[in-house]
Amino acid sequence: MSAARRMERQQRRTAWIFLLPLLLTLVAVAIWPLARSIFFSFTDAYLDAPTDYGFVGLENFVEVAEDPVFWGAVRNTLVFTLVSVGLETLLGLAIALLLHRAFLGRGIVRAAILIPWAMPMVVSARIWEWMLNDQFGLINKLLVALGLVGKGIAWTADPSLILGTVIFIDVWVTTPFMVLLILAGLQLIPEEIYEAADVSGVPHWKRFWSITLPLATPAIGVAILFRTLDALRMFDLSYVLAANNENTMTMSIYARDQLISFQDLGLGAAASTWVFMIIGLIAIVIVGLLRLDRATG
Amino acid sequence: MASVSLKNVSKTFGTYEVIRSIDLEIEDGEFVVFVGPSGCGKSTLLRLIAGLVPVSGGDVFIGGDQVTDVPASKRGLAFVFQSYALYPHMNVARNISFALETARLGKDEIRRRVARVADMLKIGHLLERRPRQLSGGQRQRVAIGRALVGQPEVFLFDEPLSNLDADLRMEMRFEIAKLHADVKTTMIYVTHDQTEAMTLADRIVILNHGQIEQVGRPRELYDRPENRFVAGFLGSPRMNFAALEATGPAVPVLRGPGGFAYAAEYVAAEGRPAEIGLRPEALKLVGADTKGAIRGTFERMEDLGYEYVCYVRLTDTLVWTVRSTGSPPQIAPGDPAGLSWQPENLYLFGEDGRRIDHRASVPLALGASS
Repeated sequence: MSAARRMERQQRRTAWIFLLPLLLTLVAVAIWPLARSIFFSFTDAYLDAPTDYGFVGLENFVEVAEDPVFWGAVRNTLVFTLVSVGLETLLGLAIALLLHRAFLGRGIVRAAILIPWAMPMVVSARIWEWMLNDQFGLINKLLVALGLVGKGIAWTADPSLILGTVIFIDVWVTTPFMVLLILAGLQLIPEEIYEAADVSGVPHWKRFWSITLPLATPAIGVAILFRTLDALRMFDLSYVLAANNENTMTMSIYARDQLISFQDLGLGAAASTWVFMIIGLIAIVIVGLLRLDRATG
Repeated sequence: MASVSLKNVSKTFGTYEVIRSIDLEIEDGEFVVFVGPSGCGKSTLLRLIAGLVPVSGGDVFIGGDQVTDVPASKRGLAFVFQSYALYPHMNVARNISFALETARLGKDEIRRRVARVADMLKIGHLLERRPRQLSGGQRQRVAIGRALVGQPEVFLFDEPLSNLDADLRMEMRFEIAKLHADVKTTMIYVTHDQTEAMTLADRIVILNHGQIEQVGRPRELYDRPENRFVAGFLGSPRMNFAALEATGPAVPVLRGPGGFAYAAEYVAAEGRPAEIGLRPEALKLVGADTKGAIRGTFERMEDLGYEYVCYVRLTDTLVWTVRSTGSPPQIAPGDPAGLSWQPENLYLFGEDGRRIDHRASVPLALGASS
């Protein structure tokens, strides 16, 4: 064996040694639990005695698929994701464009808008729940005082309003995240490109549509991908605000109910696997649509 | 095409004065180069003309019209950036035509103009490519094409060749000179490279600390610099300087390091000469005992093939350079050496750095005899 060959083999071995801790960690915290979850979805195990099970084939999957409550949760999740991520993207882009301009006190404003994002979701949900309270809430007080409504609106109780309220709170909490990611993208665009457009007389609206937007697209795409995946597995906000109210129940809450409330490990695992597959599919579609994998190539 | 004129233009950033009340007239069709050390304000001055940066005081005129408060987009100029500033997501054709899209021109007219510019700059085969698929030289051609297609009144270049390697720089320098000869549009060109300044300019503007040191034709600046700064800035290796020995006003002979002595007649409005200057090519390496020669110690030679540069130490802190062509002299480091010179090549500078005209009052041999 030549020396070059030996060295190459040695380098390869070193590379694997460096990778090993990461691979072990991934197996322990991601692959093994996922595999266990998928495994249990084919069984009739219960949470109090997970070792006592029998295989039931696809029965759990069929049962979840036939449950109208599950499809209600899927619908809620999709509506929530679509509307909240849509609003957050538009607001995030608008605020990022404002913050991108140099103005007095920009540093303070940039730090201040992060506050909603820095608060735990449970705290935000509780704050808004109180502010939106139909009898004692600040918002209703203001609306009544301004004469816009006769009596307080039950924002967090009215079945037709509660999903809207959940979306509103989520927009309030996570718009700063969008702002930061998009702002980072905007700051990567060299100033001289705008100066070049300025000198050659390209109007402002055209600079936005033909320069800013296309060049910020990779950043916006990544932000949308992150937020979408986050929104699709949303649990905390709905759960804190309305527990397992069917008007706001998300896919994650449905799976948690099967697993914890009904102790049905097999069914809960099947529901989780459904959620996993739905999110995976949507992620693939987004990555493909935005061509994120070669956006900068 | 248009003339450009600056009247008492100044610019301050915070409390820092970058440009100090500059007056300058640039004629229609002229090629003017702003040159100076980094931080002298040359790029800022260009940006003030472009309208990318507002002036703090004074007025800018283009084609006789006052444009001080006119936005950059309405000044009818084109700007070529050092970084090229191409739109990375557009192909070459769209990069060139982008500004025309809102100019109410027909699609055919735009295509015709792009083709003409591409033909002129020999980038016709690159029209479908993205900027990242181009070499530095090609990118700069596209950037020039983008400037050219708008048929501007004035071209502004901000160190356009600084990111290119030496060969390409020479090639593009030639192309820009040719471009100016072809389109005859007024061009203002910023560079820190004196070769670009000397070779491209009709007139050079030498800037230092936000002020104009001298304006003139390249030869004029080289041969008759108004002050020590201009004399030292143009030329490579730079002019050799040496302080004169302080002597009473009655002493007729100027004396300097290495036994330099010169009996001169001069008219100095403010004080006596304080410093001498001799360009490296004005010196000749001779024997150490040659009469009238400045004496020193030979230190090192750099042979470039087409010329050679010798370093001769006059004092502990002063090394002069001699540039010459032909075959290098046979001399070893540490050997004593003499530098001969002619009075017509000698520059005298006063305390304030201004050049002082002079002529020899007695034959050189007499003055240098001590």
